[in-house]
Amino acid sequence: MSKELIRLANCTMAFDDEVVLDNINLYIKDKEFLTLLGPSGCGKTTTLRIIGGFQTPTSGDVFFDGVRINAVPPHKRAINTVFQKYALFPHLNVYENIAFGLRIPKVDGKGKKVKLPEEEIHQRVMEMLEVVNLRGFEKRHITQLSGGQQQRVAIARALVNKPKVLLLDEPLGALDLKLRKDMQNELKRIQKAMEITFIYVTHDQEEALAMSDTVVVMDAGKIQQIGTPEDIYNEPKNAFVADFIGESNIIDGIMRADGVVEIFNRKFQCLDGGFAKDEPVDVVIRPEDVDIVPEDQGQLKGTVTNVTFKGMQYDIIVDFYGFKWLIQTTDLSPVGSRIGIKIDPDGIHVMKKSQYSGMFGDYSSYSEEYEEISDASFDPEEDQEGGDEE
Amino acid sequence: MKNKLSLFAVPYVIWMALLVVAPIVMVVIYAFTTADGGFSLSNFARMGTYAVIFTRSFKLALIATAICLLVGYPVAYAMAKEGPGFQRIASVLIMLPMWVNFLLRTYAWMSILEKNGLLNQLFSAMGLFDLINSVFGTNIQYFKMIGTSGAVVLGMVYNYLPFMILPIYSVIIKLDNSLLEAARDLGANSAGVFRKVILPLSLPGVLSGITMVFVPSVSTFAISRLLGGGTQMMLGDLIEQQFLGGAYNPHLGSAIALVMMVIVVVCMWVMNHFGEGEEQAVML
Repeated sequence: MSKELIRLANCTMAFDDEVVLDNINLYIKDKEFLTLLGPSGCGKTTTLRIIGGFQTPTSGDVFFDGVRINAVPPHKRAINTVFQKYALFPHLNVYENIAFGLRIPKVDGKGKKVKLPEEEIHQRVMEMLEVVNLRGFEKRHITQLSGGQQQRVAIARALVNKPKVLLLDEPLGALDLKLRKDMQNELKRIQKAMEITFIYVTHDQEEALAMSDTVVVMDAGKIQQIGTPEDIYNEPKNAFVADFIGESNIIDGIMRADGVVEIFNRKFQCLDGGFAKDEPVDVVIRPEDVDIVPEDQGQLKGTVTNVTFKGMQYDIIVDFYGFKWLIQTTDLSPVGSRIGIKIDPDGIHVMKKSQYSGMFGDYSSYSEEYEEISDASFDPEEDQEGGDEE
Repeated sequence: MKNKLSLFAVPYVIWMALLVVAPIVMVVIYAFTTADGGFSLSNFARMGTYAVIFTRSFKLALIATAICLLVGYPVAYAMAKEGPGFQRIASVLIMLPMWVNFLLRTYAWMSILEKNGLLNQLFSAMGLFDLINSVFGTNIQYFKMIGTSGAVVLGMVYNYLPFMILPIYSVIIKLDNSLLEAARDLGANSAGVFRKVILPLSLPGVLSGITMVFVPSVSTFAISRLLGGGTQMMLGDLIEQQFLGGAYNPHLGSAIALVMMVIVVVCMWVMNHFGEGEEQAVML
């Protein structure tokens, strides 16, 4: 895309004995929309706070435009932040909140402090209000705004300073689903229009896929995978990524040859290669990549144990030899019926074994886990993120 | 159910009516009457005689309040910002004197500030007076501290300082840290964060601190009598004289009390009006 803007080199962060970030290496390109995605406590917020200057890594370096900025305090970085709970100033109205950064004297080339003229402040604040669709709200008190409007003020307050990078810490977490979708599009539009690098932290994989140029999947203080949304969905590196991004059936397999993987003692054609002969692997099969066929034509045969109507499709749980799969289908197969399935070679993705093998991708405990995932208001991050903020 | 519960408030309401509302009404009646019972404004007409005392009371109370604010704010700020260790020690040090009787504390200051008091003895032992006398050719044996307005102000500051520190502290400690981070993020240095965020958001605490120091200061009488040595008469002393002293005249005393009350209420109203915006903000 374009040149590198920020680089984290071997960044480690430890609080007392607890390692929150474990040797992170990451570079962020100019004008890209990068998302740090992961569950609570994975280190994504800490990574963001290191970039923002609110925390200094225990070891490792942070570079901005090629210059090491470990010791540069937040107010001297060309980076602005949209905070998780907006952190709008309650004693100032909308206009003054947005003007806050502009009213701070800047040091010019000759080392003199200069204040922006009032006309320029006014013009830039009004411009920003236009960008976030809040024209006419400038005299409003912060308390008189809805959550979505406060969100927009927070974005405007950060962007009005024309930062090179905007950090967003779960900015849509407090909004309801509908508003969240609108704001996703809005943010994407603003990012394109203003040509600013966005670094976005979320635990919502859908949000990450929908908005990002690059997704960084994190867990346990480590980067699990970096790639485009398509990459990480279609080619997850390990069972954690496969499970965290979308729904996946993850099955033990053995790589018999390039393009041939064995599951449940049956050989399947796939597109993956480069494994040792007879290497044990994790096989990812997405629920939408499975075709249901009459039992006698199936590569695998199983019994339907659960059916959930999802509007666009049915989610059915099928028991294959004691291992339960999630399959998404538009045709109803009633509970108890015997079905066969077929999987095309491009529906099979083979991964190396990792520390996460065997932990994910089994729908045996279907009911509880699945209800949680499909519940939009369920927030696994709530209150727990506090731990890596301090 | 709500009504049943509010029945419990009845004793207090009666108490208030008897001991707060009724006395105020009586003060008003007394203020507008004379000893023979007739309506009169003569009590107020005599007020001019006491202009000096009015001025002194408000002046000393204002000075004491200003000093409390200047001393108290940094202490409150440090308490809120330093670790819990400092916080605990500081709150004990602030509260400790309040466990000692008010009069006792003030008597203690008398023995410190007296002509032959602790401070003068200390200065003398240090050879301070000899030094001054040899340099300036004077003949000073002690500093006159007691009986000055300074001593009265000192007594008020000492007694009322906790009432300035605690409300400010409780506001600052509750400030959302992310607001301070946001200010830094937007380019403010430490001084900017304080001036543009912490100070305006702590104003409600400052206002209630000012109220809690100024009101008792302006009406104080023991401090001015004990530390002022009779030369620094304040409104409280004047009113006391009209009720208990030789100048017995409760009508005049009531009139003075009423005027003082009105002035204080007006001051508070102006200040609260001024601070309204900020109080709203802290509700958030």
